[in-house]
Amino acid sequence: MELYRLTAHEAYEKLKKREVSARELAQSVIKHIEDVEQSIGAYIHLDFDAALKQADDVDRHIDEGHEVPLLGGLPIAIKDNMCTEGIATTCASRMLADFVPPYDATVVRRLKERQAVVLGKLNMDEFAMGSSTETSAFKKTKNPWDTDRVPGGSSGGSAAAVAADEAFFTLGSDTGGSIRQPASLCGVVGMKPTYGAVSRYGLVAFASSLDQIGPLTKDVKDCAMVLNAIVGHDPYDATSVSRSYPDYTSALIDDVKGIKIGVPKEFFGQGINEEVKSAVTKAIELFKEMGADYEETSLPYTDHALSAYYLIASAEASSNLGRYDGVKYGYRAAQYDDMIDMYKKTRSEGFGSEVKRRIMLGTYALSSGYYDAYYLKALKVRTLITRDFQRAFEKYDVLVVPTSPTTAFKIGERLDNPMEMYLSDVCTVPVNIAGLPAISIPCGLDGRGLPIGLQIIGKAFDEETILRVAYAFESNTPYHNQKPSER
Amino acid sequence: MRIKPEEVDYIAALSRLVLSDQEKNMYARHLSEILEHAERLSELDTDDVEPTAHVLPLKNVFRDDQVKPSLERDILLSNAPEVENGCFKVPRIVE
Amino acid sequence: MEVQTLIGLEVHAELATESKMFCSCSTEFGAEPNTHCCPICTGMPGVLPMPNKKAIEYAVKAGLALNCDISEFSKMDRKNYYYPDLPKAYQISQYDLPLCTGGYVDIETEDGPKRIRIRRVHMEEDAGKLLHEGWGNNSLVDYNRAGVPLIEIVTEPDMNSPAEAGAFLDKLKAILQYIEVSDCKMEEGSLRCDVNINARADDKSMATAITEMKNLNSFKAAVKAMEYEEKRHREALLEGDPTVHETRRWDDARSVTVAMRSKEEAHDYRYFPEPDLVPIALDKSYIKSIRENLPELPDQRYQRFISQYGLPQYDAGILTSSKYLADYFEQCMTIYDNAKTVSNWLMGDVLRALNENGKDPSDIPFPPAYLVDLIKYVDDGTISISIAKKVFDEMFANGTDPGAIIKEQGLVQISDEGELLGVIRQVIQENAPSVADYKAGKKKALGYLVGQAMKLTKGKANPQLLNKLLERELN
Repeated sequence: MELYRLTAHEAYEKLKKREVSARELAQSVIKHIEDVEQSIGAYIHLDFDAALKQADDVDRHIDEGHEVPLLGGLPIAIKDNMCTEGIATTCASRMLADFVPPYDATVVRRLKERQAVVLGKLNMDEFAMGSSTETSAFKKTKNPWDTDRVPGGSSGGSAAAVAADEAFFTLGSDTGGSIRQPASLCGVVGMKPTYGAVSRYGLVAFASSLDQIGPLTKDVKDCAMVLNAIVGHDPYDATSVSRSYPDYTSALIDDVKGIKIGVPKEFFGQGINEEVKSAVTKAIELFKEMGADYEETSLPYTDHALSAYYLIASAEASSNLGRYDGVKYGYRAAQYDDMIDMYKKTRSEGFGSEVKRRIMLGTYALSSGYYDAYYLKALKVRTLITRDFQRAFEKYDVLVVPTSPTTAFKIGERLDNPMEMYLSDVCTVPVNIAGLPAISIPCGLDGRGLPIGLQIIGKAFDEETILRVAYAFESNTPYHNQKPSER
Repeated sequence: MRIKPEEVDYIAALSRLVLSDQEKNMYARHLSEILEHAERLSELDTDDVEPTAHVLPLKNVFRDDQVKPSLERDILLSNAPEVENGCFKVPRIVE
Repeated sequence: MEVQTLIGLEVHAELATESKMFCSCSTEFGAEPNTHCCPICTGMPGVLPMPNKKAIEYAVKAGLALNCDISEFSKMDRKNYYYPDLPKAYQISQYDLPLCTGGYVDIETEDGPKRIRIRRVHMEEDAGKLLHEGWGNNSLVDYNRAGVPLIEIVTEPDMNSPAEAGAFLDKLKAILQYIEVSDCKMEEGSLRCDVNINARADDKSMATAITEMKNLNSFKAAVKAMEYEEKRHREALLEGDPTVHETRRWDDARSVTVAMRSKEEAHDYRYFPEPDLVPIALDKSYIKSIRENLPELPDQRYQRFISQYGLPQYDAGILTSSKYLADYFEQCMTIYDNAKTVSNWLMGDVLRALNENGKDPSDIPFPPAYLVDLIKYVDDGTISISIAKKVFDEMFANGTDPGAIIKEQGLVQISDEGELLGVIRQVIQENAPSVADYKAGKKKALGYLVGQAMKLTKGKANPQLLNKLLERELN
C-alpha cells in the first residue's frame, strides 16, 4: 500500500520501527498531493521544501538515537485560521491575505514540539463563517467523494485533505459544527473537544464562547492520539481549563456493554434526510446488539438552538472582527477620504458577503434597543439548552444523533440562501452552545455513494466515553475503510 | 420585512461598512429572514432564566504582574499597511 | 431665579503595575513608540487577554480607600467602538457589574466639610496614543500605552462649583498616592478626568442639558474649563435656553471649550460580556486582608499630625495633602523636634519653590536631613534667617548640602562684638543726619542704621546683637 494511505498511527509505528523514514512519508504524501490537489483544492498554502526539511530533521533526530515523539515525523496540515509564525495565516479572507503572524498558536506549538511535519495551511470558509467552504476568498474546495459537491465547512479543507489522503491528519476549528459537519460530508473522523480543553490562543476568533479546535483524522485511534497532543491547560488562554487530562488512547476499548445511549427525538425530525436517519438508526441498533442500552429521549429546546446560536455567534463575531480596520495589519483600501472612510472602504472591500452579513446581524443584535430581545434572549435560551443536556446526561453516558441533516450538497446550491445554509448546522450547534464534546464518525453511504456521519455527544470533559463508543462502532463496521474512488 | 434598507444603512455605519444599493436590499432581505426565524425565541418564557455567557464554571483566572520582553518593533510593524517613525500611520484625525 | 451648578467627574487613573492589564509588556512611561508592545496589546488576530492579578488588587485597594463596597461577583465587558488608538476596536471594561460601588470622599469647602459620593470604580484598559502634529495629512499611532490598566472613578453630580470639583480632585489624587496604586502624574497622562456639568434652577423647575468635557489633562485646566462651562450654562439657563447635550473639549491655549464633532456617533457601544475572560469572584477574606493592610489615608494622617505634632489644622491640611510632603515632614521629625518650624519651611519656601518650577513634592531636590541642617544653623545662630533663605535657594537649585554652601560662600553670621562695634562706629560716622534724627526721637531712623550695618556685613551680622550694640552706642 502507498504510504500516504496509512493512518497516522500506522505511519507512526512504521517510523518508530524504522521501516520508513520521515522523508519517505513526506515524499509519499507530497507526490500524492501533486496528483490530486488540482482537483480537490484543500490547501491555501503548501511548502514542500519546508516540509521535507522538517522531515529530515526528524530523521536526523532518529539517527541520533532519540525516540520520535508521538505524531513526530507525520506530514500534517492546519486550518488557515490558526497562527503559524512566519507563515501567512489568512482565514481565507482578502482581509488577511498577506498577514504573517509573529507567533505560533498554542496548538501549532504543541504539534511542532512533537515534531509533526507541517505541510501547509488549509482552505476554509472566510473567518470560519460558512458550512461549505464556498465563502473562501481564494478557492472552492471540492468533496473528494464527488467533486461537484462541497466538502462541508467551515473546516472543508481540513476534512477534504484527510479524505483525499493529502495529510495524515489535520486540525480544524468548530464554532457550530465546523469540524463535525465537514468530517461527516467527507467521510472522516472529526472531533470537537469540550470547550476549554484545547487552548484557543492563536486561533483567529470567530465566536469566542463557542470556538474550539479539534482533530480531523482517518480513524478514531488517530483522533485519540491527536487529542492527546493538543489538550491541556494554557496560561495564555483564560478559558482553558486546568485539570488532569487522560491518555485518550487508553479509552479505546471495543466494548460498549452497559453503556447508556440517549437518542433525542428532536434530531430526527423535519429536515433530516431519510437516508441519514436510517443510517443513524441502524448504527443505534448495532450498539444495542453490541450490548449497549438505548432509549429515546427529548431535548425540548433543541429547536431553538439554531437561532440562539446565530445570534450569539454573530454578536461575538461582530466585535471580534472590529480589529480589521487597515491600521495594524491586513488589507487597507487604496483610496479613501479620511479615517472613517478608510475604515469603511477597507472593511467593505476586505470582507466577503457572508462575513459582512454576520457582522451586521451581530451588530444589530447587540445594538441599543435590540440587545434584550435578541442577544440577551439568546443567552437565556442558551441556559435552557444547557439544562436540557444536563438532564439528559444524568441518565445517559452519550447521546447519538446525526451529524448533518444531509449528505454533501452541490457546489453553489445553498450559496444564495443563507437560511438554508444555516440549517446545515442544526444538529451540531446545540453541542457548541452547551460547550460539550462530540465526535462525527462515518456510518454508511447514501444512495449516491456519499458518506453519512454519526454524531456521538458526551458529557463535559468525558471525551473518553465518546472515543470508546466511537472506537467500538468503528471496530465492528467497515465504513472508515471506505475511500472516495480515485479520480 | 423586519429590517428596512434604511436600517441596514444604520447597522452598516455602526459596523464601519459601506454597501451598494443592491447589497442593502440583499442584506435587508437576508437579515429579515434570519431575524424572523429568531423571533421564535420570544415565544419562550425566560423571565426567571439567568443568561449564560460562559459555559465554564471557571472564575478568577489571573497572571502574576511580571514583565516579559515585548515584540521587536520591526516585527510588530512588519504587517502594517503604512509605517512612519516607528508608528502605525493613519489618515489624519480631525477633531 | 437661584441657579445651582451640578458637576460630576469621571477620573481615569493608571494603575502602577509593572506589566500591562492583559499581557506582560512593560507599563513604563516614555519609551520609544511601539517598543512596549506585543501581539496581545496590539490586538493581533488570535490573541487572548490574561488579566493581571496585581491590577485587580490595586483596584480593590482604591475601592476600599474610597469607602466603596467591593463586589463579590464582577465581570469584564467589551465596549465596542472604532478609533485607531483602540487596537481591538473594543475596550475591555466593566459595564453592569463593576468591581466597586457606592463610596465617598470627604472634602473641605468654604462652607465646611462636604461629602462627595462615588457611584462606582471599575477596571479597564487604556488605549494607545495618537500623534497629530507634524505628520501632514496623517496621524501616527503608538500603542505603548494600549493595555495599561486603569481604574475609572465615577462620582455622583455632587459638586456645586469648580472649586469643589478641584478640591475633590486634589483629595482623590492624595488618596491614590497614599495607597500607592497610581503615581497620578497628570503630565504623563496617568491621571485624566472627564467632566459632566450642567446648571439647574434651585427649585428644579428647569435644568440645562449635561455637557461632557474631555481632554482635561491637568487639574488647573479642568477647573478653568469648568469655570468657563459653568458661566455658559448659567447664562443659558437664565436666558431660558437649555444648552443641547454635547461633548466639548477644553482648548487650553484659547481658554475656551469647543464642541467636538459628534458626526454619526450615536454612541452605541454595544457592551456585552467579554467571552475571553471568566468572572471575578473575590472572597471576603481576600477583601478583608486588603482592607486590613491599607496604609494610613490623608484624613487619618491629618488628625494624627494635629495630635502628635501639635500642628495647626491649616498646616496639617496642607502637609497631608501630598503623601510625599507628609513623608518629607515626618522624616524631618525623626531628627528634629520643632514641628512648626519644619512646617513653616515646607509650606513656605519649599512649596513656593516647587510651584515656581512647576514641580511636585516628590521632586524636592535635597533630603530631609539638609532642611533640618539649615534650620539648625539658624537655631544656633550660625546664620541669620535672611541668609538662610538665600542658602535655601541655592539648595533648591543644586541640591547642595547647606553646610557646604555656608562654608564656601563665607556666610557664617558675625556675632563677635568687637567686629560688629567696628562696623557700627563706621555707620554712625557716615550717617550723621540719621543719628541726629534718632537722637531727636525718630525711632525709625534706627532701622535705617541697622540696614546700613547689614549692608556693610553683606547681611551676615547677627541681627539681635547688632540691634543691641547699635542702641547702646547711640545712647
